[in-house]
Amino acid sequence: MKTIKVGLGTCGVSAGGEKTYEAIKHEIEKENIQVILKETGCNGMCYREPLVEVIDEENHSFLYGDVTPEKATRIMIDHVMKNMPVKEWIVQNSGPTEDDAFFQKQRRIVLRNCGIIDPNSIDEYIAVGGYEAIRTVIKKNTPEQVIDIMTKSGLRGRGGGGFLTGVKWKFCRQAEGTLKYIICNADEGDPGAFMDRSTLESDPHSVLEGMMIGAYAIGAEEGYIYCRAEYPKAVARLKHSIREALAKGFLGKNIFGSNVNFSIKIKEGAGAFVCGEETALIASIEGKRGMPRFRPPFPANKGLWDKPTNINNVETFANIPWIIMNGAEAFAAMGTENSKGTKVFALAGKIARGGLAEVPMGITINEIVYDIGGGIKGGKKFKAVQMGGPSGGCIPASMGDLQIDYQQINKTGAIMGSGGMVVLDETTCMVEMAKFFLSFTQEESCGKCTFCRIGTKRMLEILERITDGNGREGDVELLQHLAYQIRNNTICGLGQTAPNPVLTTLKYFPEEYEAHIRDKKCPAHSCAPLLTFSIQADACKGCTLCAKACPVEAISGEKKKVHEINVATCIKCGKCFETCKFNAVLKN
Amino acid sequence: MLQKEEIRKENTGSQFYDFKTELWKYQGEKGALIPLLQSAQEAYGYIPESAIDHISEVVEIPGAEIYGVITFYSQFRLKPMGKNIIKICDGTACHVNASTGILRALVDELQIGNDETTEDGLFTLQKVACLGCCSLSPVMMINDDTFGRLTPKKVKELLKEFRTKENA
Repeated sequence: MKTIKVGLGTCGVSAGGEKTYEAIKHEIEKENIQVILKETGCNGMCYREPLVEVIDEENHSFLYGDVTPEKATRIMIDHVMKNMPVKEWIVQNSGPTEDDAFFQKQRRIVLRNCGIIDPNSIDEYIAVGGYEAIRTVIKKNTPEQVIDIMTKSGLRGRGGGGFLTGVKWKFCRQAEGTLKYIICNADEGDPGAFMDRSTLESDPHSVLEGMMIGAYAIGAEEGYIYCRAEYPKAVARLKHSIREALAKGFLGKNIFGSNVNFSIKIKEGAGAFVCGEETALIASIEGKRGMPRFRPPFPANKGLWDKPTNINNVETFANIPWIIMNGAEAFAAMGTENSKGTKVFALAGKIARGGLAEVPMGITINEIVYDIGGGIKGGKKFKAVQMGGPSGGCIPASMGDLQIDYQQINKTGAIMGSGGMVVLDETTCMVEMAKFFLSFTQEESCGKCTFCRIGTKRMLEILERITDGNGREGDVELLQHLAYQIRNNTICGLGQTAPNPVLTTLKYFPEEYEAHIRDKKCPAHSCAPLLTFSIQADACKGCTLCAKACPVEAISGEKKKVHEINVATCIKCGKCFETCKFNAVLKN
Repeated sequence: MLQKEEIRKENTGSQFYDFKTELWKYQGEKGALIPLLQSAQEAYGYIPESAIDHISEVVEIPGAEIYGVITFYSQFRLKPMGKNIIKICDGTACHVNASTGILRALVDELQIGNDETTEDGLFTLQKVACLGCCSLSPVMMINDDTFGRLTPKKVKELLKEFRTKENA
């Protein structure tokens, strides 16, 4: 019997996956087809969603991309019923496809089951070797040995900090007290990062198993998953998975027949970016305002309700069962001197193939952007990648040969962060980009430290006046001065890294700041107040498309005659520029 | 205001009941304040003053402190919201893929600004930082459903669809 899997992660659903699923179900019922229909998570090829996989009787897999309900119906009739695969829509198969390049340089550990198993079924997770790691650990290893394996593997925290997981666990293990907590940080707040959402939606059990191993290692009997409220699907899947694990006796009292107890609770965040910071997250679980506090004492000694607490993020936990099963050496064999294993990057922005890519550390930016991501959308010029979200920075295309590891990225002034990689092309203004991030951190500042609360506000005001065309001489120096003050006079990661987007763009794109301030020009033609739109008379064919697209009726002209833009009514939205097929609209 | 609250109660009878049960179930568990507030918001669509008083009595945390928690988190509302909540994403990926154009289309269509509710009470518009759907940017959520690869045209069609459903 054939099996059909439909990708229904949030990305699949938002691309219309549910309608595709319904169409397939409808066809099955209508034609009374004998198949197994399943849902699965996301395999990372978000740019091809909705994805549908057909696995035939000989266990051959055919992955279809961009499957609309209409296409799904044809796949059902031609492939499923008549055994004639619809070749032109196949994106992955035993034979070569143009999408193969997306996977060639990837090495999947965290995403090993994503898009393959049904995330709602614990049995499917067990069938691919799930829960073997925790079973083995409880039977054969002491907690100290587990910690030792983690330390040897060289796994570093994937949430952004990059601290050695084994060492972190050791601190918590050694902390005094019998009541300890383990927390999974699923408060993925960095705009541009979505690997944690995808992992939770596509393979929630791997995260639960990772937490169990961590809990065993540090000696915790209670765990919390702090998940963003913006991820309803992830929360639902987690709740379901916890129920399944409880029913199997993998959670609760005497798990796997041992004397180990462990239970997990879910806490939904309430919308505060700063809660991704450990001490703020703890305050939030305690039901308080999520404000960071001064460290030390570190959470390993004094965390949740003042008890020793260990916090790791989703991706870190998802790595752990693999490390136990394959050994620390296998993990440490991948990557560079100081950064071992793989890292999941969320590729988005102006990239041709956006999605999740898990690559060995040490790969270059160019390899990710061109080989995996397929280069820039629409054939434009690659300008920079933004890494690490609002705490990170922009790395210019000229540094594309840079090997990705914690140290190398830090040297550029950006950070690895949680792995968001937003690709920017020549139409992105770097000053505007810096302003965008600053407005984010400014809004999300909890207000505790003066320099973060007021300093970011002042920096934002300066950036606003620069992009409005009112920049002054000395603004760049003022920005730098404020940036250093904020960096050195705040207590948590949010404040300390808030100036990074500004500092990196100042470092690599100083000419853009100068053009805005001195010439009142935006080289990327993006800052609206610095632009004027006009129509080139000799290129205009009078097709009226621009006039129809204009939201404020600022464009006049008869059919087949040259059109004109009324500068006074024009709101500089750029619609005419986008719609013109003859490149007759100029922005300057 | 009270009137609206009563209407909500009628409409969301079972959820209102859920909130009460949550309160009854509370047995001094630590850190329950935020889940209780979430439950209140789920029931009423926002957190009315009366709910703050209820919660304060049960968990024995002063109302002022609860108010402090409410205002800290962007999820909580002290004013009634529209029937459908539109969250327009302005995360990095959406931002570089022209989410401002999508926001403008929403503002044009709904005739409301960020954090406002339409007069008919059908829609509330919220600009949010990132919905984690970056590879399908620009993206927005209407209630719990996510819509990707948006264009201003698609937004207008979606709103029309929702309106027709509401009026039917």
